[in-house]
Amino acid sequence: MKTLTLKGRKVVDGTAEGEALVTKDAWAAFMAIDVDTGVVTEAGHELRGKSVAGKILVFPRSKGSSGWSMGAQALRFAGHAPLAMVVSEIHAQSALGAVVMRVPTVTDLDMDPTEVIHTGDWVKVDAGKGIVEITRK
Amino acid sequence: MKLTDDEKSMLDGNEGKAVGKAMELLVKYGEALGAGRFVDTNNVTLLSGLFMYPEVVKNTVKNFEMDEIASKFFLDSDETVHVDKIKAFTTNHIFTVNNAYWKNIQRRSHTLARLAVMTEAYCRAIGVNNTATCSPYIAGNLPVKGQHCAWTESSAIPFANAVIGARTNIEGCHSAFASALTGKTPYWGMHIEENRYGNLIVDVETDPGNMFEWGLLGYYVAGVCGLKIPIYRDIRRPPTMSMLMPFDAAGGSSGSIIMYHIVGVTPEAATLEAATGNRNVTDRIRYGKKERSEAYRKLNRSKSDKVDIVFLGCPHYSIESIANVARLIDGKAVNVNTQLYVTTNRQTKVLADLGGYTETIAKAGGLLLADTCGLEFNHDPSAVIATDSPKQAHYYPGKCGVENALYGQIEECIDAAVSGKWKGELR
Repeated sequence: MKTLTLKGRKVVDGTAEGEALVTKDAWAAFMAIDVDTGVVTEAGHELRGKSVAGKILVFPRSKGSSGWSMGAQALRFAGHAPLAMVVSEIHAQSALGAVVMRVPTVTDLDMDPTEVIHTGDWVKVDAGKGIVEITRK
Repeated sequence: MKLTDDEKSMLDGNEGKAVGKAMELLVKYGEALGAGRFVDTNNVTLLSGLFMYPEVVKNTVKNFEMDEIASKFFLDSDETVHVDKIKAFTTNHIFTVNNAYWKNIQRRSHTLARLAVMTEAYCRAIGVNNTATCSPYIAGNLPVKGQHCAWTESSAIPFANAVIGARTNIEGCHSAFASALTGKTPYWGMHIEENRYGNLIVDVETDPGNMFEWGLLGYYVAGVCGLKIPIYRDIRRPPTMSMLMPFDAAGGSSGSIIMYHIVGVTPEAATLEAATGNRNVTDRIRYGKKERSEAYRKLNRSKSDKVDIVFLGCPHYSIESIANVARLIDGKAVNVNTQLYVTTNRQTKVLADLGGYTETIAKAGGLLLADTCGLEFNHDPSAVIATDSPKQAHYYPGKCGVENALYGQIEECIDAAVSGKWKGELR
């Protein structure tokens, strides 16, 4: 089994492991997702029709509404949040969103996670240590 | 994060439990950003009433008690805390529905309408000014250049940063509420001068010049610029406020533009050198015919030209735009199969009432309403909606399940309201 380890920094502490869901598109957590299912609803988005629930969500950056953190928190309350987030570049929306979603989140990795992680890979996140361990499916 | 004595004191609960929880959240958020310290702020806009998820609120707070709702949904606190008064000057966003129209026109739930009334009363009690708008800068909250703010609303934030020269990151419901309580926001991102310089030059070959064209420009660039700060140059006709409103809204829809420069127009971009901070910016894109067509195509998804609804006023219209609608619709009648809605804020609605515009629009069969937004209607998913807002056209599929959105000029939208047919095109 081939594994690869990325090193970055913690955004929100914690550990999680699961199957990766990866997108190259910037991700909006508000007005672009169905909280009752976790399914992405944004027209033209690479993940449209796919659910982020229970996945290790890997995306380049946040975009869209300033309601981002409300969507992120609602996903948690509804039980459809991802298990962890791996974000190439963090900014205010994804940082606050990660805090209120309360899932382990890492950023500033030594390789672009949206390039090296593929949907379906098994990913372990240890946010405190800033480590992302990838096992190819 | 390095905390000052007053910040430590707030965190320790010396100013009450609510302030303590607010500080706790701000520290977590600041650390998530990688901020080193806080900066004082006395200008906040909240997302206090934008309950997109009434059922989630109902399932989470069974007895519907407002302190518990505010604790969980505004402060992300599991413990219920009572807020006495906020500290910073604060205005807010819409309460989602209009009290008079939530049932028959907006077709939203009683739960949501109840939450809207409760939140407005709560905000008033704690000292928030209920501007209830996405355009706070035309409703009594106009910061000055250099002022540190904590603003929400993706269309208002670039207006504050780029057009006014105030300093704010894109805050969310939770961080803005915590800033209102503490008067603090992380000193990060747009609060720091060197982060405000542009690092992507946009050569604008197709000069905008009206609201529609500015909307296309913002929508295209936001989709390709990532988190970069665009510098628009070669703008020949300076924009008006009404043109920058859809431009800013577009920039926060297809992407996340919270700051930009227009050389010769915006306050931190007197020259290209001022906009770049005298740095050599090599990253360049062009905006010409092809790029303009691409933005137009993405915003016009409807296969049908039979228009059911025309929605104008996103962001909440300026009085200039309302006067324009009244002029265009005066003496005409909205088609029997089509509905026309125009949204603005309470303050501008009063001006529109006084100017007779509300009446002119009503006589034609349209409705000018405050406190809400086209995305806050329970639309029939099969409806065809025409709008002059790139933000609305972008969000109708993802937010409302309405796939058939059309984006056009204000004149084309009014024409569609009257004829019931879409004749808009990219000329």
